[in-house]
Amino acid sequence: MIDFASSFALVMPELLLTAAGLILLLVAAWGGDKLARPVAILAVSALFGAGVMTVPGLHFGVDGADTYAFGTLMKVDSFALFSKALIYLAAIGCLIVAPAFFNSAAAGAERGLRAEYPVLVLFATLGMSIMVSASDFMTLYLGLELNSLAAYVLASILRADQRSAEAGLKYFVLGALASGILLYGMSLLYGFTGGTDFASVRAGLEGELSTGQLFGLIFVMAGLAFKIAAVPFHMWTPDVYEGAPTPVTAFFATAPKVAAVALTARVAFEVFGGQVLAWQQIVMFAALASIVFGALGAIGQENLKRLLAYSSINNIGFILLGLAVASPAGASAMLIYLFIYVAMSLGSFVALLMLRSEDGNLFETFGDIAGLAVTRPAIAWCLLLLMFSLAGIPPLLGFYSKFVVFQATVEAGLVVFAAIAIAASVIGAFYYIKFVKVMFFDEPAGVATGKSGAAHWVLLAITAVIISPLGYLLTPSLTDLADKAARALFMAV
Amino acid sequence: MDFPILTTMMLVPLAGAIACLFAGNASRVIALGATLVTFGLGVMLWANYEIGGAQWQFQESYELVAGFSYALGIDGIALMLIMLSVFLMPICILASWEGITKRVGEYMAAFLFMEVLMIGTFAAQDIFLFYIMFEAGLIPMYLIIGVWGGDNRIYASYKFFLYTLLGSVLMLVAMFWMVAEAGTSYIPALMEYPFPGGAQTWLWLAFFASFAVKVPMWPFHTWLPDAHVQAPTAGSVILAGVLLKLGGYGFIRFSLPMFPEASADFAWFVFILSMIAVVYTSLVALVQADMKKLIAYSSVAHMAIVTVGLFAFNVQGLEGAMIVMLSHGLVSGALFLCVGVIYDRLHTREIERYGGLSINMPYYAIFFLLFTMASIGLPGTSGFVGEFLSLAGIYQTSSLVALICTTGIILGAAYMLYLYRRVAFGGQKNPDAAAMSDITVREWAMMAPIAAVVLWMGVYPESFLAPMRADIAALDAQIAAAAPASDAELAAGDPRAEAANAIEYDHAEGEGH
Repeated sequence: MIDFASSFALVMPELLLTAAGLILLLVAAWGGDKLARPVAILAVSALFGAGVMTVPGLHFGVDGADTYAFGTLMKVDSFALFSKALIYLAAIGCLIVAPAFFNSAAAGAERGLRAEYPVLVLFATLGMSIMVSASDFMTLYLGLELNSLAAYVLASILRADQRSAEAGLKYFVLGALASGILLYGMSLLYGFTGGTDFASVRAGLEGELSTGQLFGLIFVMAGLAFKIAAVPFHMWTPDVYEGAPTPVTAFFATAPKVAAVALTARVAFEVFGGQVLAWQQIVMFAALASIVFGALGAIGQENLKRLLAYSSINNIGFILLGLAVASPAGASAMLIYLFIYVAMSLGSFVALLMLRSEDGNLFETFGDIAGLAVTRPAIAWCLLLLMFSLAGIPPLLGFYSKFVVFQATVEAGLVVFAAIAIAASVIGAFYYIKFVKVMFFDEPAGVATGKSGAAHWVLLAITAVIISPLGYLLTPSLTDLADKAARALFMAV
Repeated sequence: MDFPILTTMMLVPLAGAIACLFAGNASRVIALGATLVTFGLGVMLWANYEIGGAQWQFQESYELVAGFSYALGIDGIALMLIMLSVFLMPICILASWEGITKRVGEYMAAFLFMEVLMIGTFAAQDIFLFYIMFEAGLIPMYLIIGVWGGDNRIYASYKFFLYTLLGSVLMLVAMFWMVAEAGTSYIPALMEYPFPGGAQTWLWLAFFASFAVKVPMWPFHTWLPDAHVQAPTAGSVILAGVLLKLGGYGFIRFSLPMFPEASADFAWFVFILSMIAVVYTSLVALVQADMKKLIAYSSVAHMAIVTVGLFAFNVQGLEGAMIVMLSHGLVSGALFLCVGVIYDRLHTREIERYGGLSINMPYYAIFFLLFTMASIGLPGTSGFVGEFLSLAGIYQTSSLVALICTTGIILGAAYMLYLYRRVAFGGQKNPDAAAMSDITVREWAMMAPIAAVVLWMGVYPESFLAPMRADIAALDAQIAAAAPASDAELAAGDPRAEAANAIEYDHAEGEGH
């Protein structure tokens, strides 16, 4: 017998987001675009409210049997809460910077924030929220598709802009392919184990894997690798990132990454936790390949959004390294990395959104940011911190994220992999310092002169403070939260 | 002492740096003030350092971060290197007083950040804190070379950054392994921990990758001439004066005490690289047409004497290496200042463009001469003490290495005197060089303190050796068991039966003839 009262209590954030999404959808449908701003503000409040709801559970740490909701369909443990909190924060950040972009010339022919934009972000976030607390393949797929469908529309939200439409189409075709692969893997697992919930699939996978089970495992992992854009399933990322409107790109680079990584980790440990050796090599390969290709691919790029797309592939490699370690320390390191990665990506994209001409057009190539240190010193210094942080140079917090991942890797005895990955990170440093070189060493191009709103400045300042050495003061509490989350994840193992 | 002096020494320049970022042209004064205050604190540090007291003094420890701790503390070796850093910093600021005209605030801030990180590197007692400080220095130095450097600054800054980064990332992996093995990241505890022999080899190589690039040892030195030539004067001073010392400090703090067996196994590898460096880079220095490049190559040769002394596995070698490091920090810094003084006037570093400067710039010529002689190792200057001790140390281990490294002194005399003759002596063949004015009060203030310390260290090195003696003796005791076999086979002979100048002698088979 399912206890609905406690189940509903566990999924309060999702209920709030669902209600907010449906109501705001009606408001947007009847009120039209003139209500876009109130809709956006309400969406941010709903996300904030949902975020607040995760705090008690995060603080006290929840794991074990009490966290299951609706039978075994969902599992709202510390791990899910940590991911949710991060997703909500990222979504809030991306909503805050959106109006300035859509109301400027950068939005092209369709100037003005559309009321469905915040609603779509809300639904995408709801999908992610369900993804990270999924404990059954049906819930997983439900959440994944809710997120993906909203994301496809978001990518092509500038209907008149060819690049945006192209990005949406590419994202849709490749995303649908990935969903198909994932669904096929899920059906194989169902067929060979007789269940769709994680616990019974896990029980069915005990002992030697049959060929069908192995195929199921590999298809599921491949489908998820598509979603997190790990090499060799990364090809769509640069095109989608470049084509999508910049606030949407900022969204794609942060919240869905967190959700997809968290989902992958949950599937890897809760479903395939008894067969670690079967997937560890695959994930390790994907991790190292992502680090190397993410770094090499970025070297020739002129477009900053494309470059940050490769940078995200590179970072996913380090995150997967934490997953491949397959230890609680590795999972905790992965979550810490995700937090810092979200701060760095959000900061970088906000800085890109601030590089605009007087009439609001955005700049997104290296040539445009030349000599930014002279013309816009504050943005240039923040970008300098962000880039050195992404490159993992101490004393910035980006170093700490690599620090925890490599520490977990070495402690697990995977010294050779750590050495390869860390040597490859030097290749990545090359293009991050190119950013600094262009901004600080080159003659000013002097084109990015447009003013930015207070919201951008505040977000940029917050992310810059987080990734500065001051951010190290956050690490004790961050480690505490991540350890609790990792412990919850490993309850099943 | 309860006052957290090491943290204060880092906070003063940090506050100065942040102020400089916003201060524009006033930042010159702020930077000078901050560095002088830090130097004052350094003098207090030295005065309160208890010679023969506890090995680690002025310890501070706070649990601020998950994964490692903010733990500071110094021994005599760190004390001397911190003194070198804080002594050179005000001079660097003075050297940039007029030469730097664009983006002064950011420039001064970069230097002050550099100072924070240098003090932090030498004072860190947690291995990860050390790594953070060690590595973070790349950021300000990259900016100093890239923004305020010469024509080819972008190539030089990239090379500097990527070369040093590649060197040190492998060291980080080794650190993780060590901390996992020993269960602590506290450096004094790690120095006591006996790492297993097989692992020592790998760990030693990982640390060597980092320190050999930093020192720099041949053939990992190629970034140095580029970085030096392109960096502004003060950048070269800090690079040669302190940053190269990080490599030597790394060897003495990590490689030798933590992996003594591996150090002994690789001693000959280090000797061979050092011998090549001494002879080869000295010969390269001899043919340089650019003054800065010449001094940069001479740095590689001098630092090779340091590595030879360090791996001699005896007290003389270690003490000598430390004194060479201090002396080279002062002397090469001063030589770069000498180049900077005339570069500011004529805007060229070509040796050919000068000549006969002792006629129109007599005071300058005197300082330049003193530092030239100190670089050669003339008795009475700091260079002599260090090189003598180092070579005496290495002689006990290998007379062959001593023989080859001693040629470095002769070659050093050759390229330095040749440089000096072309710049300061001879006729005034270039009218614009002949019209240059002698050094100003500001330049006096830069040169005179260094000259005084060079002579002090040359005449009474005890002041500098005393704080380090106990630490070096402890290190020697720790590594002596692993020392490689000596080929010199020094043995104290029996006392003579009669005085050496006795007129009537029957047997000539004594020790000395």
